[in-house]
Amino acid sequence: MITVENLTKRYGPHPAVDDVSFQCEPGTVTGFLGPNGAGKSTTMRMICGLTTPTAGRATVSGHPYQELPNPGREVGVLLDASAQHAGRTGREALTLSAYTMGLDRREVAAKLDLVGLNAVAAKRRVRAYSLGMRQRLGLAHALLGDPRVLILDEPANGLDPEGIFWMRGLLRDFADRGGTVLLSSHLLREVEAVADRLVVIGGGRIVAQGDKNELLSGGGTVVRARDGAALRRALDAANLTAADSSEGLLVQADAEAVGQAAADAGVALAELRPASGGGLEQLFLTLTAGESTKEAVR
Amino acid sequence: MTTTTAPAADAVAPRHHTPVRRPSLLRLSTVELRKLVDTRAGRWLLITIGLITAVIVTLQLVYADDAAQTFVNFFTPSLLPIGVLLPVLGILSITSEWSQRTALTTYALVPRRERVVVAKLIAVSLTALASVLASLAVAAVGTLLASALGGAGTWQIDGSLVLNAVIFQVTGVLMGAAFGLLLLNPPLAIVGYLLLPTLWGVLGEMVKPLRGPSEWLDTSKTMEPLFGGDALTGEQWGRIAVSLLVWMVLPLAAGLVRTLRREVS
Repeated sequence: MITVENLTKRYGPHPAVDDVSFQCEPGTVTGFLGPNGAGKSTTMRMICGLTTPTAGRATVSGHPYQELPNPGREVGVLLDASAQHAGRTGREALTLSAYTMGLDRREVAAKLDLVGLNAVAAKRRVRAYSLGMRQRLGLAHALLGDPRVLILDEPANGLDPEGIFWMRGLLRDFADRGGTVLLSSHLLREVEAVADRLVVIGGGRIVAQGDKNELLSGGGTVVRARDGAALRRALDAANLTAADSSEGLLVQADAEAVGQAAADAGVALAELRPASGGGLEQLFLTLTAGESTKEAVR
Repeated sequence: MTTTTAPAADAVAPRHHTPVRRPSLLRLSTVELRKLVDTRAGRWLLITIGLITAVIVTLQLVYADDAAQTFVNFFTPSLLPIGVLLPVLGILSITSEWSQRTALTTYALVPRRERVVVAKLIAVSLTALASVLASLAVAAVGTLLASALGGAGTWQIDGSLVLNAVIFQVTGVLMGAAFGLLLLNPPLAIVGYLLLPTLWGVLGEMVKPLRGPSEWLDTSKTMEPLFGGDALTGEQWGRIAVSLLVWMVLPLAAGLVRTLRREVS
Protein backbone atom coordinates (compact mmCIF):
# COMPACT_ATOMS: atom_id res chain seq x y z
CA MET A 1 0.00 0.00 0.00
CA ILE A 2 1.40 3.37 -1.03
CA THR A 3 -0.40 6.61 -0.26
CA VAL A 4 0.70 9.91 -1.75
CA GLU A 5 -1.03 13.06 -0.52
CA ASN A 6 -0.53 16.45 -2.15
CA LEU A 7 3.17 15.92 -2.74
CA THR A 8 4.88 19.04 -4.03
CA LYS A 9 8.53 19.75 -4.77
CA ARG A 10 9.79 23.13 -5.85
CA TYR A 11 13.27 23.94 -7.08
CA GLY A 12 13.29 27.70 -6.82
CA PRO A 13 10.03 28.99 -8.29
CA HIS A 14 9.72 26.03 -10.64
CA PRO A 15 7.53 23.20 -9.33
CA ALA A 16 8.96 19.82 -10.40
CA VAL A 17 6.06 18.04 -8.74
CA ASP A 18 2.85 19.93 -8.11
CA ASP A 19 0.18 18.68 -5.70
CA VAL A 20 0.33 15.00 -6.66
CA SER A 21 -2.00 12.54 -4.89
CA PHE A 22 -2.68 8.88 -5.63
CA GLN A 23 -2.91 5.49 -3.99
CA CYS A 24 -1.54 2.07 -4.85
CA GLU A 25 -3.56 -0.79 -3.39
CA PRO A 26 -2.27 -4.26 -2.51
CA GLY A 27 -2.86 -6.73 -5.32
CA THR A 28 -2.47 -4.16 -8.07
CA VAL A 29 0.17 -2.90 -10.44
CA THR A 30 0.04 0.87 -10.84
CA GLY A 31 1.63 2.25 -13.97
CA PHE A 32 3.15 5.69 -13.41
CA LEU A 33 3.30 7.28 -16.83
CA GLY A 34 4.68 10.49 -18.12
CA PRO A 35 7.16 11.98 -20.56
CA ASN A 36 10.75 12.46 -19.44
CA GLY A 37 11.07 15.30 -16.97
CA ALA A 38 7.42 15.08 -15.93
CA GLY A 39 8.29 14.50 -12.27
CA LYS A 40 8.02 10.70 -12.01
CA SER A 41 11.44 10.12 -10.49
CA THR A 42 11.17 13.08 -8.13
CA THR A 43 7.84 11.76 -6.88
CA MET A 44 9.32 8.30 -6.34
CA ARG A 45 12.35 9.70 -4.51
CA MET A 46 10.01 11.66 -2.23
CA ILE A 47 8.06 8.46 -1.45
CA CYS A 48 11.36 6.81 -0.48
CA GLY A 49 12.53 9.65 1.75
CA LEU A 50 15.48 10.50 -0.50
CA THR A 51 14.13 13.91 -1.44
CA THR A 52 12.39 16.13 1.08
CA PRO A 53 9.03 17.33 -0.25
CA THR A 54 8.25 21.05 -0.18
CA ALA A 55 4.71 20.12 0.87
CA GLY A 56 2.53 17.06 1.25
CA ARG A 57 3.37 13.59 2.49
CA ALA A 58 3.69 9.99 1.41
CA THR A 59 3.36 6.75 3.34
CA VAL A 60 4.30 3.17 2.58
CA SER A 61 2.26 0.50 4.37
CA GLY A 62 0.84 3.26 6.55
CA HIS A 63 4.15 4.77 7.70
CA PRO A 64 6.32 7.57 6.39
CA TYR A 65 9.30 5.87 4.75
CA GLN A 66 11.80 7.27 7.28
CA GLU A 67 9.88 5.63 10.10
CA LEU A 68 10.01 2.12 8.65
CA PRO A 69 12.37 0.26 11.00
CA ASN A 70 13.91 -1.90 8.27
CA PRO A 71 12.59 -0.50 4.96
CA GLY A 72 14.16 -3.17 2.76
CA ARG A 73 11.93 -5.83 4.34
CA GLU A 74 8.79 -3.82 3.58
CA VAL A 75 9.47 -2.14 0.27
CA GLY A 76 11.81 -3.02 -2.57
CA VAL A 77 13.18 0.04 -4.33
CA LEU A 78 14.85 0.31 -7.74
CA LEU A 79 15.29 3.96 -8.67
CA ASP A 80 18.40 3.80 -10.86
CA ALA A 81 20.04 0.61 -12.01
CA SER A 82 23.32 2.44 -12.67
CA ALA A 83 23.61 3.59 -9.06
CA GLN A 84 25.91 0.76 -8.02
CA HIS A 85 29.59 0.93 -7.14
CA ALA A 86 31.36 0.10 -10.41
CA GLY A 87 34.15 -1.68 -8.56
CA ARG A 88 31.98 -4.14 -6.63
CA THR A 89 30.81 -7.45 -8.00
CA GLY A 90 27.10 -8.03 -8.42
CA ARG A 91 27.13 -10.58 -5.64
CA GLU A 92 28.99 -8.22 -3.30
CA ALA A 93 26.48 -5.41 -3.89
CA LEU A 94 23.65 -7.75 -2.86
CA THR A 95 25.60 -9.23 0.05
CA LEU A 96 26.14 -5.78 1.60
CA SER A 97 22.42 -5.04 1.45
CA ALA A 98 21.44 -8.52 2.66
CA TYR A 99 23.67 -8.07 5.70
CA THR A 100 22.29 -4.57 6.35
CA MET A 101 18.76 -5.99 6.35
CA GLY A 102 19.77 -8.97 8.48
CA LEU A 103 18.97 -11.56 5.82
CA ASP A 104 20.33 -15.03 5.36
CA ARG A 105 23.18 -15.14 2.82
CA ARG A 106 21.29 -17.76 0.83
CA GLU A 107 18.81 -15.04 -0.18
CA VAL A 108 21.55 -13.45 -2.31
CA ALA A 109 22.06 -16.61 -4.38
CA ALA A 110 18.30 -17.20 -4.59
CA LYS A 111 17.57 -13.71 -5.92
CA LEU A 112 20.51 -13.75 -8.36
CA ASP A 113 19.13 -17.01 -9.65
CA LEU A 114 15.62 -15.59 -9.86
CA VAL A 115 16.63 -12.67 -12.08
CA GLY A 116 18.80 -14.85 -14.28
CA LEU A 117 22.28 -13.64 -13.31
CA ASN A 118 24.41 -16.77 -13.29
CA ALA A 119 27.48 -17.46 -11.14
CA VAL A 120 29.87 -16.04 -13.74
CA ALA A 121 27.91 -12.78 -14.03
CA ALA A 122 27.58 -12.49 -10.25
CA LYS A 123 31.36 -12.59 -9.87
CA ARG A 124 31.98 -9.83 -12.38
CA ARG A 125 32.31 -6.21 -11.36
CA VAL A 126 29.26 -4.05 -12.04
CA ARG A 127 31.49 -1.87 -14.30
CA ALA A 128 31.39 -4.70 -16.86
CA TYR A 129 27.59 -5.11 -16.75
CA SER A 130 25.32 -4.12 -19.61
CA LEU A 131 22.35 -1.92 -18.77
CA GLY A 132 20.10 -4.97 -18.99
CA MET A 133 22.25 -6.84 -16.47
CA ARG A 134 22.23 -3.82 -14.16
CA GLN A 135 18.44 -3.74 -14.32
CA ARG A 136 18.33 -7.43 -13.41
CA LEU A 137 20.73 -6.81 -10.53
CA GLY A 138 18.60 -3.85 -9.42
CA LEU A 139 15.49 -6.01 -9.52
CA ALA A 140 17.23 -8.73 -7.49
CA HIS A 141 18.18 -6.00 -5.04
CA ALA A 142 14.60 -4.75 -4.79
CA LEU A 143 13.28 -8.29 -4.22
CA LEU A 144 16.06 -9.20 -1.77
CA GLY A 145 14.16 -8.54 1.46
CA ASP A 146 10.96 -10.24 0.25
CA PRO A 147 9.05 -6.96 0.46
CA ARG A 148 5.30 -6.45 0.12
CA VAL A 149 5.69 -3.28 -1.93
CA LEU A 150 7.81 -2.62 -5.02
CA ILE A 151 8.76 0.84 -6.28
CA LEU A 152 10.49 0.60 -9.65
CA ASP A 153 11.61 3.53 -11.79
CA GLU A 154 11.88 2.60 -15.48
CA PRO A 155 12.84 -1.01 -14.74
CA ALA A 156 12.41 -2.14 -18.34
CA ASN A 157 15.09 0.26 -19.65
CA GLY A 158 17.81 -1.72 -21.33
CA LEU A 159 16.03 -5.08 -21.06
CA ASP A 160 15.62 -7.09 -24.24
CA PRO A 161 12.07 -8.07 -25.34
CA GLU A 162 12.44 -11.45 -23.67
CA GLY A 163 13.57 -9.72 -20.47
CA ILE A 164 10.64 -7.30 -20.57
CA PHE A 165 8.21 -10.20 -21.02
CA TRP A 166 9.83 -12.03 -18.12
CA MET A 167 9.65 -8.95 -15.88
CA ARG A 168 5.97 -8.39 -16.65
CA GLY A 169 5.23 -11.96 -15.59
CA LEU A 170 7.21 -11.47 -12.40
CA LEU A 171 5.42 -8.24 -11.46
CA ARG A 172 1.98 -9.59 -12.39
CA ASP A 173 2.62 -12.65 -10.24
CA PHE A 174 3.87 -10.50 -7.37
CA ALA A 175 0.70 -8.38 -7.46
CA ASP A 176 -1.59 -11.37 -7.85
CA ARG A 177 -0.16 -12.73 -4.60
CA GLY A 178 -1.15 -9.55 -2.79
CA GLY A 179 1.85 -7.34 -3.43
CA THR A 180 1.71 -3.65 -4.32
CA VAL A 181 3.65 -2.45 -7.36
CA LEU A 182 4.34 1.11 -8.49
CA LEU A 183 6.07 1.05 -11.85
CA SER A 184 7.10 4.08 -13.85
CA SER A 185 7.74 4.33 -17.55
CA HIS A 186 7.75 6.81 -20.38
CA LEU A 187 6.85 4.00 -22.79
CA LEU A 188 3.17 3.21 -22.86
CA ARG A 189 3.35 -0.32 -24.27
CA GLU A 190 5.48 -1.45 -21.36
CA VAL A 191 2.88 -0.45 -18.81
CA GLU A 192 -0.27 -1.21 -20.80
CA ALA A 193 0.44 -4.94 -20.70
CA VAL A 194 0.90 -5.25 -16.96
CA ALA A 195 -0.79 -2.39 -15.10
CA ASP A 196 -4.25 -2.47 -13.49
CA ARG A 197 -4.29 1.21 -12.75
CA LEU A 198 -2.67 4.17 -14.40
CA VAL A 199 -1.43 7.46 -13.04
CA VAL A 200 -0.43 9.85 -15.80
CA ILE A 201 1.71 12.84 -14.94
CA GLY A 202 2.78 15.75 -17.10
CA GLY A 203 4.64 18.91 -16.13
CA GLY A 204 4.58 17.84 -12.47
CA ARG A 205 0.79 17.53 -12.27
CA ILE A 206 -1.42 14.48 -12.48
CA VAL A 207 -3.40 14.71 -15.69
CA ALA A 208 -5.31 11.43 -15.45
CA GLN A 209 -5.61 8.50 -13.12
CA GLY A 210 -7.87 5.52 -12.67
CA ASP A 211 -8.56 1.98 -13.74
CA LYS A 212 -6.70 1.12 -16.94
CA ASN A 213 -9.78 -0.26 -18.70
CA GLU A 214 -11.92 2.71 -17.72
CA LEU A 215 -9.33 5.13 -19.00
CA LEU A 216 -9.07 3.17 -22.23
CA SER A 217 -12.77 2.67 -22.85
CA GLY A 218 -13.07 6.39 -23.61
CA GLY A 219 -11.92 5.42 -27.08
CA GLY A 220 -15.18 3.64 -27.95
CA THR A 221 -15.71 0.29 -29.67
CA VAL A 222 -14.71 -0.91 -33.11
CA VAL A 223 -17.29 -3.14 -34.79
CA ARG A 224 -17.37 -4.76 -38.21
CA ALA A 225 -19.87 -6.95 -40.01
CA ARG A 226 -19.97 -8.40 -43.52
CA ASP A 227 -23.27 -6.60 -44.04
CA GLY A 228 -22.18 -3.09 -43.14
CA ALA A 229 -25.47 -1.44 -44.02
CA ALA A 230 -27.46 -3.81 -41.78
CA LEU A 231 -25.07 -3.16 -38.93
CA ARG A 232 -25.49 0.58 -39.29
CA ARG A 233 -29.29 0.22 -39.26
CA ALA A 234 -29.02 -1.92 -36.13
CA LEU A 235 -26.88 0.68 -34.38
CA ASP A 236 -29.21 3.49 -35.43
CA ALA A 237 -32.13 1.50 -34.06
CA ALA A 238 -30.32 1.23 -30.71
CA ASN A 239 -29.56 4.97 -30.72
CA LEU A 240 -25.81 4.41 -30.89
CA THR A 241 -23.75 6.91 -32.85
CA ALA A 242 -21.36 5.27 -35.27
CA ALA A 243 -18.65 6.75 -37.43
CA ASP A 244 -16.73 5.18 -40.29
CA SER A 245 -13.11 4.41 -39.61
CA SER A 246 -10.44 2.51 -41.49
CA GLU A 247 -10.96 -0.53 -39.26
CA GLY A 248 -14.77 -0.60 -39.36
CA LEU A 249 -17.41 1.38 -37.50
CA LEU A 250 -16.26 3.31 -34.43
CA VAL A 251 -19.09 3.42 -31.88
CA GLN A 252 -19.17 5.62 -28.80
CA ALA A 253 -20.41 2.85 -26.50
CA ASP A 254 -18.97 -0.20 -24.77
CA ALA A 255 -18.66 -3.53 -26.53
CA GLU A 256 -21.57 -5.07 -24.62
CA ALA A 257 -24.10 -2.47 -25.83
CA VAL A 258 -22.87 -2.75 -29.41
CA GLY A 259 -23.01 -6.55 -29.36
CA GLN A 260 -26.52 -6.51 -27.94
CA ALA A 261 -27.71 -4.07 -30.61
CA ALA A 262 -26.31 -6.32 -33.35
CA ALA A 263 -27.82 -9.45 -31.82
CA ASP A 264 -31.24 -7.78 -31.51
CA ALA A 265 -31.16 -6.99 -35.22
CA GLY A 266 -29.80 -10.43 -36.12
CA VAL A 267 -26.59 -9.08 -37.65
CA ALA A 268 -23.59 -11.44 -37.64
CA LEU A 269 -20.45 -9.64 -36.49
CA ALA A 270 -17.00 -10.18 -37.94
CA GLU A 271 -15.20 -8.15 -35.27
CA LEU A 272 -16.04 -6.49 -31.96
CA ARG A 273 -13.38 -4.94 -29.71
CA PRO A 274 -12.54 -1.83 -27.71
CA ALA A 275 -10.93 0.78 -29.91
CA SER A 276 -7.54 0.19 -28.42
CA GLY A 277 -4.68 -0.02 -30.85
CA GLY A 278 -3.29 3.40 -30.13
CA GLY A 279 -5.90 3.98 -27.43
CA LEU A 280 -3.59 4.47 -24.52
CA GLU A 281 -1.08 6.15 -26.76
CA GLN A 282 -3.71 8.62 -27.88
CA LEU A 283 -4.71 9.23 -24.29
CA PHE A 284 -1.11 9.64 -23.27
CA LEU A 285 -0.31 12.02 -26.08
CA THR A 286 -3.36 14.20 -25.67
CA LEU A 287 -2.97 14.30 -21.91
CA THR A 288 0.68 15.16 -21.85
CA ALA A 289 1.42 16.89 -25.14
CA GLY A 290 0.43 20.37 -23.96
CA GLU A 291 2.23 19.94 -20.68
CA SER A 292 5.46 18.70 -22.16
CA THR A 293 5.51 21.47 -24.74
CA LYS A 294 5.14 23.94 -21.91
CA GLU A 295 8.01 22.12 -20.21
CA ALA A 296 10.22 22.43 -23.26
CA VAL A 297 9.47 26.12 -23.69
CA ARG A 298 10.16 26.93 -20.06
CA MET B 1 13.47 -20.65 6.93
CA THR B 2 13.69 -23.95 5.05
CA THR B 3 12.33 -22.96 1.65
CA THR B 4 15.57 -23.07 -0.30
CA THR B 5 14.26 -25.81 -2.56
CA ALA B 6 10.91 -24.10 -3.21
CA PRO B 7 10.10 -23.28 -6.84
CA ALA B 8 11.49 -19.96 -8.04
CA ALA B 9 8.07 -18.35 -8.44
CA ASP B 10 7.53 -18.51 -4.69
CA ALA B 11 10.51 -16.28 -4.20
CA VAL B 12 8.63 -13.26 -5.51
CA ALA B 13 5.57 -13.72 -3.34
CA PRO B 14 5.19 -10.84 -0.90
CA ARG B 15 5.58 -12.13 2.63
CA HIS B 16 4.22 -10.79 5.81
CA HIS B 17 7.11 -10.53 8.20
CA THR B 18 7.06 -10.74 11.92
CA PRO B 19 7.91 -7.29 13.24
CA VAL B 20 11.30 -6.44 11.79
CA ARG B 21 13.96 -4.78 13.88
CA ARG B 22 16.03 -1.94 12.58
CA PRO B 23 19.66 -2.82 11.86
CA SER B 24 21.88 -2.24 14.90
CA LEU B 25 24.78 0.21 14.84
CA LEU B 26 27.12 -2.78 15.19
CA ARG B 27 25.64 -4.30 12.02
CA LEU B 28 25.89 -1.02 10.12
CA SER B 29 29.51 -0.53 11.24
CA THR B 30 30.36 -4.05 10.05
CA VAL B 31 28.82 -3.23 6.66
CA GLU B 32 30.88 -0.03 6.46
CA LEU B 33 34.08 -1.91 7.38
CA ARG B 34 33.33 -4.37 4.62
CA LYS B 35 32.79 -1.53 2.15
CA LEU B 36 36.32 -0.28 2.95
CA VAL B 37 37.88 -3.50 1.68
CA ASP B 38 35.49 -4.85 -0.98
CA THR B 39 36.64 -2.54 -3.77
CA ARG B 40 40.05 -2.44 -5.42
CA ALA B 41 40.62 1.20 -4.43
CA GLY B 42 39.96 0.57 -0.74
CA ARG B 43 41.92 -2.67 -0.64
CA TRP B 44 44.99 -1.10 -2.28
CA LEU B 45 44.89 1.87 0.03
CA LEU B 46 45.07 -0.51 3.01
CA ILE B 47 47.76 -2.65 1.35
CA THR B 48 49.78 0.50 0.62
CA ILE B 49 49.55 1.50 4.27
CA GLY B 50 50.88 -1.92 5.27
CA LEU B 51 53.68 -1.80 2.68
CA ILE B 52 54.83 1.67 3.76
CA THR B 53 55.19 0.44 7.34
CA ALA B 54 57.25 -2.53 6.19
CA VAL B 55 59.45 -0.38 3.91
CA ILE B 56 60.18 2.12 6.67
CA VAL B 57 61.24 -0.63 9.09
CA THR B 58 63.43 -2.20 6.40
CA LEU B 59 65.13 1.14 5.71
CA GLN B 60 65.75 1.56 9.43
CA LEU B 61 67.29 -1.90 9.61
CA VAL B 62 69.63 -1.14 6.73
CA TYR B 63 70.61 2.47 7.36
CA ALA B 64 70.02 3.39 11.00
CA ASP B 65 72.82 3.16 13.58
CA ASP B 66 72.78 -0.03 15.59
CA ALA B 67 72.08 1.91 18.77
CA ALA B 68 69.05 3.60 17.17
CA GLN B 69 67.42 0.28 16.20
CA THR B 70 64.93 0.27 19.06
CA PHE B 71 61.25 -0.58 19.19
CA VAL B 72 60.29 3.10 19.57
CA ASN B 73 62.42 4.11 16.60
CA PHE B 74 60.80 1.47 14.43
CA PHE B 75 57.33 2.45 15.61
CA THR B 76 57.27 6.26 15.48
CA PRO B 77 58.43 6.94 11.88
CA SER B 78 55.73 4.69 10.43
CA LEU B 79 53.00 6.85 11.98
CA LEU B 80 53.43 9.90 9.76
CA PRO B 81 53.01 8.42 6.26
CA ILE B 82 50.11 6.33 7.52
CA GLY B 83 48.72 9.49 9.08
CA VAL B 84 48.62 11.03 5.59
CA LEU B 85 46.89 8.06 3.95
CA LEU B 86 44.32 7.25 6.63
CA PRO B 87 42.41 10.52 6.20
CA VAL B 88 42.14 9.71 2.49
CA LEU B 89 40.44 6.46 3.51
CA GLY B 90 38.10 8.49 5.73
CA ILE B 91 37.32 10.85 2.85
CA LEU B 92 36.67 8.02 0.37
CA SER B 93 34.46 6.11 2.81
CA ILE B 94 32.11 9.08 2.95
CA THR B 95 32.37 10.56 -0.54
CA SER B 96 32.33 7.38 -2.64
CA GLU B 97 28.67 6.94 -1.69
CA TRP B 98 27.99 10.10 -3.68
CA SER B 99 30.52 9.72 -6.48
CA GLN B 100 29.49 6.09 -7.12
CA ARG B 101 25.83 6.98 -6.42
CA THR B 102 25.47 4.10 -3.95
CA ALA B 103 23.90 6.65 -1.58
CA LEU B 104 20.66 5.88 -3.41
CA THR B 105 20.80 2.29 -2.15
CA THR B 106 22.40 2.97 1.21
CA TYR B 107 19.94 5.63 2.31
CA ALA B 108 16.94 3.77 0.90
CA LEU B 109 17.85 0.86 3.19
CA VAL B 110 18.73 3.08 6.15
CA PRO B 111 16.70 6.29 5.83
CA ARG B 112 18.03 7.57 9.16
CA ARG B 113 21.16 8.88 7.47
CA GLU B 114 22.88 9.94 10.70
CA ARG B 115 23.11 6.26 11.67
CA VAL B 116 25.00 5.47 8.47
CA VAL B 117 27.34 8.40 9.10
CA VAL B 118 28.01 7.30 12.68
CA ALA B 119 28.64 3.73 11.45
CA LYS B 120 31.15 5.09 8.92
CA LEU B 121 32.94 7.12 11.61
CA ILE B 122 33.14 3.99 13.80
CA ALA B 123 34.45 1.93 10.88
CA VAL B 124 37.22 4.36 9.93
CA SER B 125 38.18 4.89 13.60
CA LEU B 126 38.54 1.11 14.01
CA THR B 127 40.71 1.07 10.90
CA ALA B 128 42.92 3.79 12.44
CA LEU B 129 43.21 1.70 15.62
CA ALA B 130 44.13 -1.33 13.53
CA SER B 131 46.80 0.71 11.75
CA VAL B 132 48.46 1.46 15.11
CA LEU B 133 48.37 -2.25 15.90
CA ALA B 134 49.94 -2.92 12.51
CA SER B 135 52.66 -0.32 13.22
CA LEU B 136 53.32 -2.01 16.57
CA ALA B 137 53.46 -5.47 14.98
CA VAL B 138 55.84 -4.41 12.21
CA ALA B 139 57.98 -2.53 14.74
CA ALA B 140 58.13 -5.73 16.82
CA VAL B 141 59.33 -7.73 13.82
CA GLY B 142 61.89 -5.01 13.13
CA THR B 143 63.12 -5.12 16.73
CA LEU B 144 63.46 -8.89 16.64
CA LEU B 145 65.43 -8.71 13.41
CA ALA B 146 67.55 -5.88 14.82
CA SER B 147 68.57 -7.88 17.88
CA ALA B 148 69.37 -10.85 15.64
CA LEU B 149 71.47 -8.66 13.32
CA GLY B 150 73.39 -6.90 16.08
CA GLY B 151 71.22 -3.77 16.53
CA ALA B 152 70.14 -2.45 19.92
CA GLY B 153 66.78 -4.22 19.80
CA THR B 154 65.56 -2.40 22.90
CA TRP B 155 61.90 -3.13 23.63
CA GLN B 156 61.22 -0.30 26.05
CA ILE B 157 58.24 1.88 25.08
CA ASP B 158 56.19 4.39 27.02
CA GLY B 159 52.50 3.50 27.17
CA SER B 160 51.61 7.15 26.56
CA LEU B 161 53.40 7.06 23.19
CA VAL B 162 51.04 4.31 22.01
CA LEU B 163 48.08 6.27 23.33
CA ASN B 164 49.31 9.42 21.56
CA ALA B 165 49.71 7.43 18.34
CA VAL B 166 46.11 6.28 18.64
CA ILE B 167 44.93 9.86 19.21
CA PHE B 168 46.96 11.05 16.22
CA GLN B 169 45.64 8.41 13.81
CA VAL B 170 42.01 8.39 14.96
CA THR B 171 41.68 12.19 14.90
CA GLY B 172 43.41 12.22 11.51
CA VAL B 173 40.98 9.77 9.93
CA LEU B 174 38.05 11.61 11.51
CA MET B 175 39.31 14.93 10.14
CA GLY B 176 39.37 13.32 6.70
CA ALA B 177 35.84 11.98 7.18
CA ALA B 178 34.71 15.44 8.32
CA PHE B 179 36.09 17.03 5.14
CA GLY B 180 34.38 14.31 3.13
CA LEU B 181 31.05 14.95 4.86
CA LEU B 182 31.34 18.66 4.31
CA LEU B 183 32.42 18.62 0.66
CA LEU B 184 30.79 15.32 -0.48
CA ASN B 185 33.11 15.09 -3.48
CA PRO B 186 36.28 12.95 -3.44
CA PRO B 187 38.81 15.13 -5.34
CA LEU B 188 37.57 18.31 -3.70
CA ALA B 189 37.70 16.78 -0.21
CA ILE B 190 41.16 15.24 -0.68
CA VAL B 191 42.68 18.42 -2.11
CA GLY B 192 40.90 20.49 0.52
CA TYR B 193 42.09 18.25 3.32
CA LEU B 194 45.71 18.21 2.18
CA LEU B 195 45.90 21.83 1.08
CA LEU B 196 44.01 23.89 3.65
CA PRO B 197 46.05 22.99 6.78
CA THR B 198 49.29 23.37 4.79
CA LEU B 199 48.18 26.72 3.43
CA TRP B 200 47.26 27.75 6.94
CA GLY B 201 50.70 26.64 8.17
CA VAL B 202 52.47 28.67 5.45
CA LEU B 203 50.31 31.74 6.16
CA GLY B 204 51.03 31.34 9.87
CA GLU B 205 54.74 31.51 9.12
CA MET B 206 54.53 34.45 6.71
CA VAL B 207 51.97 36.72 8.29
CA LYS B 208 53.09 37.87 11.70
CA PRO B 209 49.67 38.58 13.28
CA LEU B 210 48.63 35.02 12.38
CA ARG B 211 51.59 33.43 14.17
CA GLY B 212 49.86 33.51 17.56
CA PRO B 213 46.58 31.95 16.41
CA SER B 214 48.39 29.36 14.29
CA GLU B 215 50.00 27.99 17.47
CA TRP B 216 46.46 27.02 18.44
CA LEU B 217 44.91 26.26 15.06
CA ASP B 218 47.56 24.50 12.97
CA THR B 219 47.10 20.78 13.67
CA SER B 220 50.61 19.92 12.43
CA LYS B 221 51.96 22.26 15.13
CA THR B 222 49.57 21.36 17.93
CA MET B 223 50.04 17.61 17.36
CA GLU B 224 53.86 17.81 17.26
CA PRO B 225 54.34 17.40 21.04
CA LEU B 226 52.52 14.04 20.88
CA PHE B 227 55.77 12.49 19.68
CA GLY B 228 58.19 14.71 21.59
CA GLY B 229 58.81 12.07 24.22
CA ASP B 230 57.72 14.28 27.14
CA ALA B 231 54.34 14.25 28.85
CA LEU B 232 52.07 16.97 27.42
CA THR B 233 51.22 20.03 29.50
CA GLY B 234 47.64 21.20 30.02
CA GLU B 235 48.18 24.03 27.56
CA GLN B 236 49.49 21.65 24.90
CA TRP B 237 46.37 19.48 25.28
CA GLY B 238 44.32 22.68 25.10
CA ARG B 239 45.96 23.60 21.78
CA ILE B 240 45.24 20.14 20.40
CA ALA B 241 41.62 20.44 21.52
CA VAL B 242 41.17 23.88 19.96
CA SER B 243 42.75 22.87 16.64
CA LEU B 244 40.61 19.71 16.53
CA LEU B 245 37.51 21.73 17.29
CA VAL B 246 38.18 23.84 14.21
CA TRP B 247 39.40 21.16 11.79
CA MET B 248 37.41 18.13 13.00
CA VAL B 249 34.37 18.93 15.14
CA LEU B 250 33.06 21.92 13.19
CA PRO B 251 33.36 20.28 9.74
CA LEU B 252 31.82 17.09 11.18
CA ALA B 253 28.83 19.00 12.52
CA ALA B 254 28.33 21.12 9.40
CA GLY B 255 28.93 18.09 7.15
CA LEU B 256 26.38 16.00 9.06
CA VAL B 257 23.75 18.69 8.58
CA ARG B 258 24.59 18.90 4.89
CA THR B 259 24.43 15.11 4.44
CA LEU B 260 21.09 14.84 6.24
CA ARG B 261 19.53 17.54 4.09
CA ARG B 262 20.99 16.70 0.74
CA GLU B 263 18.76 15.30 -1.95
CA VAL B 264 19.85 11.79 -2.95
CA SER B 265 19.61 11.21 -6.69
